[in-house]
This record gives sequence, structure tokens and C-alpha cells, in this order.
Amino acid sequence: MKRDGDMMLSTPKIKSSGIIVEYDGKRALHGIDLDIYPNEVTALIGPSGCGKSTFLRCINRMNDVIDNCKVSGRLMIDDTDVYDPEIDVVELRARVGMVFQKPNPFPKSIYDNVAYGPRIHGLTENKDDMDRIVKKSLKRAGLWDEVSERLDDKALGLSGGQQQRLCIARAIAVNPDILLMDEPCSALDPIATSIIEELINELRERFTIVIVTHSMQQAARVSQKTGYFHLGNIIEYGETNDIFTRPQNEQTEAYISGRIG
Amino acid sequence: MVEKKHIVTAFDEDLTTLNDMMARMGALAETQLFASTEALIARNPSDLDDIIKRDKELDDLEAVLNEKVIEIIALRAPRAVDLRRVIVALKVASTLERIGDLAKNIAKRNKVILDTTLKTQTLPSIRTMTSMVLKMLNQALDAYIDVDALTALNVMEADIEVDKLNTVVFQSLIEEMSYDPGQLKIGPHLLFVAKNIERIGDHITAIAEQIYFLHHGEMPDQDRPKADRSSSIALS
Amino acid sequence: MTDQATQTAQSKHLKKRYRAEKRFKFFGLAAICSAAGILLVLLGGLTQMSIPAFTHHYVTLDIAIPETIIQAEQVTDLAAMRKVNWRGMVRQSLRNEFPEVTDRRGKRAIGNLLSGGAGDALRDKVLIDPTIIGSTVAVALPLSDDVDLLLKDLIDRSLPEENRVISDRELTFIDHLEAADRIDRRIAWFLFTSGDSREAEMAGLRSAAVGTLLTMLVTLLFSFPLGVMAAIYLEEIAPKNRLTDLIEVNINNLAAVPSIVFGLLGLAVFINFFHLPRSAPLVGGMVLALMTLPTIIIATRAALAAVPPSIREAALGVGASPIQVIFHHVLPLAMPGILTGTIIGLAQAAGETAPLLMIGMMAFIVDTPMWIDDKATVLPAQIYMWANNPERAFQAKTAAGIICLMVFLLLMNALAIYLRKKYEKRW
Repeated sequence: MKRDGDMMLSTPKIKSSGIIVEYDGKRALHGIDLDIYPNEVTALIGPSGCGKSTFLRCINRMNDVIDNCKVSGRLMIDDTDVYDPEIDVVELRARVGMVFQKPNPFPKSIYDNVAYGPRIHGLTENKDDMDRIVKKSLKRAGLWDEVSERLDDKALGLSGGQQQRLCIARAIAVNPDILLMDEPCSALDPIATSIIEELINELRERFTIVIVTHSMQQAARVSQKTGYFHLGNIIEYGETNDIFTRPQNEQTEAYISGRIG
Repeated sequence: MVEKKHIVTAFDEDLTTLNDMMARMGALAETQLFASTEALIARNPSDLDDIIKRDKELDDLEAVLNEKVIEIIALRAPRAVDLRRVIVALKVASTLERIGDLAKNIAKRNKVILDTTLKTQTLPSIRTMTSMVLKMLNQALDAYIDVDALTALNVMEADIEVDKLNTVVFQSLIEEMSYDPGQLKIGPHLLFVAKNIERIGDHITAIAEQIYFLHHGEMPDQDRPKADRSSSIALS
Repeated sequence: MTDQATQTAQSKHLKKRYRAEKRFKFFGLAAICSAAGILLVLLGGLTQMSIPAFTHHYVTLDIAIPETIIQAEQVTDLAAMRKVNWRGMVRQSLRNEFPEVTDRRGKRAIGNLLSGGAGDALRDKVLIDPTIIGSTVAVALPLSDDVDLLLKDLIDRSLPEENRVISDRELTFIDHLEAADRIDRRIAWFLFTSGDSREAEMAGLRSAAVGTLLTMLVTLLFSFPLGVMAAIYLEEIAPKNRLTDLIEVNINNLAAVPSIVFGLLGLAVFINFFHLPRSAPLVGGMVLALMTLPTIIIATRAALAAVPPSIREAALGVGASPIQVIFHHVLPLAMPGILTGTIIGLAQAAGETAPLLMIGMMAFIVDTPMWIDDKATVLPAQIYMWANNPERAFQAKTAAGIICLMVFLLLMNALAIYLRKKYEKRW
């Protein structure tokens, strides 16, 4: 269910048509049609188990690694169907970066964490190039000032919030178009959360961001568009402002205002 | 609009408290207006003193309601219809307080009028205006509790009649004063009384608009109905 | 129930719980203590039995080395060295201590006091320092195993001569040498430096130890890559279907197969069909590799599974291919566990005898094997053979061999623990 006439005039960056996901024959998503626009933050909200994370993972085909998971439908990024058999998943994941709920830096140094992606994709020719990319990514992730003196320290020695920013730096080091964030702040304290929300706001100048969140407040603070998922369907999708002040759908209203049913 | 219960029951309790406060303010405002016009007609100045004193109660009620709204915003982070309800409560309370002030002003002027001998034929019309406006207020307050946009629209319509009646009263009073210049010392007070009642009508219309917004999430399309031509009557 | 009643019932119950816990702790402690006690008794007994094997009695004699026997430059020529009658020289020099003994029997008895390898002691001395040719040097010569046992009080002097291994006459010779302060007790390095020998006093563990090492090398080279690759395939790549389950079940069952079956397999396939050399570390290693494979596969799979999925997701998310995820991230993190499993598997294999029996590694091997296709034996086999030898001296040697094998296994396990602790990463 979309709201007509409210959408921006630009073309969608990600366009999903009839995405259906089945685990072991059980349907988790019942045909999702959703347009995500470039250089915007789109939030996906909904109760636990409603399929928002599942949908997110369809965008970079992370669901491929799960056995007995079948995805059907079309998911276009720009003009390419991501589920086309010709598509190289590895390349796709360089275009679509992902940040996870629990910060998961590699047990290596801070430098190596950020450098890993560019290295395996062959984005650099020499050490100077790599240094530049690492510095740029850490700066963009708002972590450079805190770690510039200790790039060889173990990544796991950082605080939770810093680790998550490192994961963001790692994701953007390969220069993706799209950044997927699966509840990136749920393991962090309020201040670290605010830092990352501010960061998300800055990042949307360069990237298209899709964020799954349990916190409605966060969705309201951080996003321009919000989609409400429930039991594997998308119930309502529109400008964040509208969804939170005058949702059209009764179910959305009930969820947003914390009502039963 | 019948709303389901919140998961957090304390939220529901807060909103109920808010409604109760609003109902109390509304009842007080009604009483103030009714009493002041009745006192004029029954020629009972002591009642007027009570009215003037009682306005403070209304001010206090508004302050308490404001506090409650702030508390709800801080603690419950209301969204969607809850947010609208809370903001609307703020505006309606403020409007009711202003209605109360206007009623107090009417009472003050009535005191002056009762102190002298006023010869006028307009009192029945003024009484009619008052009862119209009282009915509007009553309906509006019910519509607020029930979030009834349809009744709100009716209220907005009813203001047209009040405005028309005010124009008539204005004309009559001007005629009376030009017929008997001795009334010029006291006539204008009655003019203001009538005007205040008309203004109360306008405020109630504003309340009705808020109720419409509360229900639909948008302000009503049409302009506030105005049929008050008194400002364009040439005084010769 | 009143509050007080519930409280009393509760505290009674609490007391019962505490008593039960105390009992449990007591039983646990008792179990550990009895196990430790039994272990101590075993080890203590073994150690006590082995002590005599670590020392040997030597008689120091001044021996004149005539220049004529060999040239200094020829010392490195094996053939030339072998031509020299070292044996005769040392026996003669001992006889020189007893000029009064003239009869043939007596002379032979004196000569027999020395170990059969006494000549080698002189030879080795010349080999190390050829300049002593033409001079007289003091040489420590090993005594025969019976004399050595007598001097260690393991042969009862008070027994009548027929029942004693040493004759009365030999006794007088020995006492004479002792009185002349010629005999001293030294550490028996040859236990570690020489190969097996029929002479009890010369028998050593070297060839068996080298054989064990070579066999372990072959086992490692075969089982480690195969095991780790198989585990990676099963854990990370294979689709979860019936076939994979079947393979898993079979691997787990392999771990329970009696080891002698592997020996039979080795005999039938490697030796009879492929005609690989019998009794060689190559075949022994391959047989043991088959035995160790299930252990390594199971340990590796556990180590791989212990790597948290968040690491894999992170790597995939950045665009690593599944193979890159395995080799860049999962395998390095799983390595401590894999190493531990491998070393434990190898340590188990090092102590195996039965399968090697079947492929013939029980032969009497004197020369140290040089490479994996030479004939060799392994420590457990050597110990078994010594245990079967009726000569008195081999008793202590068997115990000494067991101690050595246990120390070896202990070191391997300690290495496993060290590696695990050092490379344990927390994530």
C-alpha cells in the first residue's frame, strides 16, 4: 500500500517487485513491492518476526547462505535484477554494504579490518593507495580522530560504539552505492547510538541507506521514508513524517501509537 | 473514532485525565458565560462579582492542563492520533481560557450596565445569541471527547447564525443610541457585550477546527464561516 | 501454611541441599584421589624398575694404542676401521690387570667380563681424536650386563654358584677391580644413542625413536591435509543432505574401529597389492594416518563450528567469496583447535603397536633408519620386544623404554595445551 502523490520525482535506487521468501516451505515474505530512493534513509519498522530483516538481506543476497531459503520475485538495483543468475554475488556485495546488529569486526588490527575489502576486490595498487582508502573510510565513519595513532591495535580492543563505526568504515571502504543496516544500534548505549545516528545522516549524502530498526523513535529521527512491515507484508510505506503523525492504515496507527491489535 | 487501548495502560489513564480536565474547563466556561448573561437579564449584580472572581479557577485549570500535556509528551512520546490529541488539548484549553476571559469581561461590563439605567430592546436577542453560543460550546466539548468531526462541522456552521444575529444587534444598538444620545454613555458597553459573545462563537469555531484536525490529521478546507458584517456597517 | 512454617520447611530443604552438595564434592574428590593414587603407584613402580637401566658400570683401563693398527688419516674409512681388532685390544688390556691368571678358561672369563661392545668404545675414542694413536690412554670400558647387574645388587651373591650367573672366580676378578677403584658407575647414554642389540647392555632406543619420528612424520603428512580438507568440505561446503549425513556417520564409526583392522588393511593393500616396502615408516605412517584421520576430522569440524557465524557474515557482507571466508577468516580462527586435535591424534598414534605388528615393524632393527623407506621399528614395538626378552637386564630397560615413551607423549600433549592457550582468541 503506497501513498500516491507524495513520492519524490527521482527514480528509485532499489525497486522490489513481488519478493517472496520461503524458509523450508514456510513463507516469511508474501510479495513485497517497495521502492527505495537514492541518497535517502529508508527505515523498515515492525514487530519481531515481521520479515523486515529478511527483506533487507534479500537486497544483498545474504539469504543465499541460508539453506532451504527460496527467494522469488524481482529486485532491481538501478537497472539490474539482483537475482539474475548471471549476477556475481561477490561483486554485488561490494556494491551493497552491510552493517550488522552486533558489531563484528574481524579479530585483526583496525587497519586490516578496513583494508580487507579493498584488498580482496583489488581496489588498490600499492600501500599508499590503501592508506588513503583506510584513512578516508575511517574519517567518513567518524572514527579517524580516535584511532589514527593506533591503527595497528586490535580491533576488538575498541568500545562497542567504536567497533560499530569500524564496521561502518569497513563497509564503506569498498565504495558501495547502498548501505544496509540491520538494527545497528541495538547493542549500543544511548550516546554511541546518537553518534551513529548523526553519522547516518552525514552518510546519506553519498549512500542510499536502508535501516531496519526496532526503535520507532530511531526511525523517526533518522529516516526520510518509513515502511511498516507486519507478518511478512508491507502494510504502509511513505514519508516518515506522515507515517508518524497521520498514518493511513489502522494497523500502522495501532503499532505506531503502541496500541494492541 | 473508537480507539483501542494502549499496551501501556498508564498512557490511557493519562489521556483520560486530560479529557477530564478538558471537561471541567469546558463546564466552567459554560457556566461563566451563562451566568453573566442571566445576571444582566435578572439584574443581579452580586452574581457578577462571583463570575469575575471565578475566572481565576479557569486560568489555574489551564495551567494544570498544560503541565499534564508536557508530562505526556516527555514520558509517553505520543505519535499519530495521540500526538494530535495532546497538541489539540493544548490549543483547546488555551481557547477555553480566552472564552473565560471574554465571559469575565462581559460580566464586568454587565456590572456597569446594571449600575445605570439602560433602555434597550436588544436584550432578548443577546439572550438568544448567548444560548446559541452555549449550545455550540456544549456540542464542541462533546465532539472533542468523542473526536466527532461531523458534529464539529455542524458547530462551525452554527456560528454563521451567531454572526448574523450580532450584526442585527449591532444595528439595533446603533439606532437606539442615535435615537437617544443619552444612552451613549452606556450603550457602547452593550455593544462590547454582544461583540464578546460573537467572539466567543468564533473561538468555539476554532475549537471545532481543531477537532476536525484531530480526527482527520488535516485542517478543514473551507475558511472559517464568517457572516459578521458588523465591521462593514457605516456609521452615520 | 503459615509464614514461619514455610520458612522452616525452606531452611530444612536448604540444609538438605547443602549436605547433598557436600557429599557430591566429597565423592568427586575421592574419585580424583583414588585415580591419582593408582597413577602414582603405577608410575612409582615403573620408575623404580627403570632406574637401573639409566646407569651402567664401566672399568677404566690404560690402553696402549700401537701406531701400527691404523693410520690417523684412515680413521674415517669404515672398512679400515673395521679391520682393526678393537675387541682383542680391550680384552687383552683387561687381562693385563690380572697377570697371575694364565689358564685359558680364566683368560676367557676375564675377557667376558667386558661387554661385547667394549671394543666399540675404544674405536669411537680413536675416531673422535686420532692423535691418541701411538700413545696410552685411559678408556672407560662398559662391563657386561651380568657384571653390571651384580654390581647393582640385582644378582644375589649369596646364591650357590650353580644358580648364580656369575661364577665364584669371576666374582674374585670383579672384587679385585673394585678394590683397585677401577670401576665406576656412569649414566648409560647408549640407551639413547645406540640401536637395539642382542647384548643387553648395548641395547638402546635410538633406532626405535627415529623410527617413531619418521612414522609420525608420514602420519602427519598424510592425515593432516586430508583430514583438514575433508572437515572443511563437510562443515562448510557440503550441502546438508542424506549423502553428507552418511559420510559423517561413517567417519564417526571409523574412530571406533579396532586398530588391528587398519593393520590388516595396510598389509593387504599397501604391502601385498602396492608392494610397498615392509616394515618401513612409510607404510606404518600410512596405516596410522588412516587411524588418525577420523580424530582430526572430528576435531577440525568442532573447531570450525566454534567460529561464530558473525565473523562469516561480516566477511560475506564485505564481498568475500565462500572460499575466501574459509581461508581468510574461519581457518585461522579454528587453527588452535585443529592443532590440538591433530597433536592429540598423533600422540595416540605414537603409542599404537597392534597395526604395526601386522605390517612387520616388529623386526630386530639395529641400524638407525635414514628415511621413510628404510626398515624401522617404533618405540612401543621395541618395548614389546624387550619385554619378551628373558635376559635379566632387559627388565629394567623395558621399564626405561616405557618411561621414555610416556615422556614423549607427555611432551606432545603439553605442546598441544601450550599451542591452544597461546592462540586462543576471544571474539
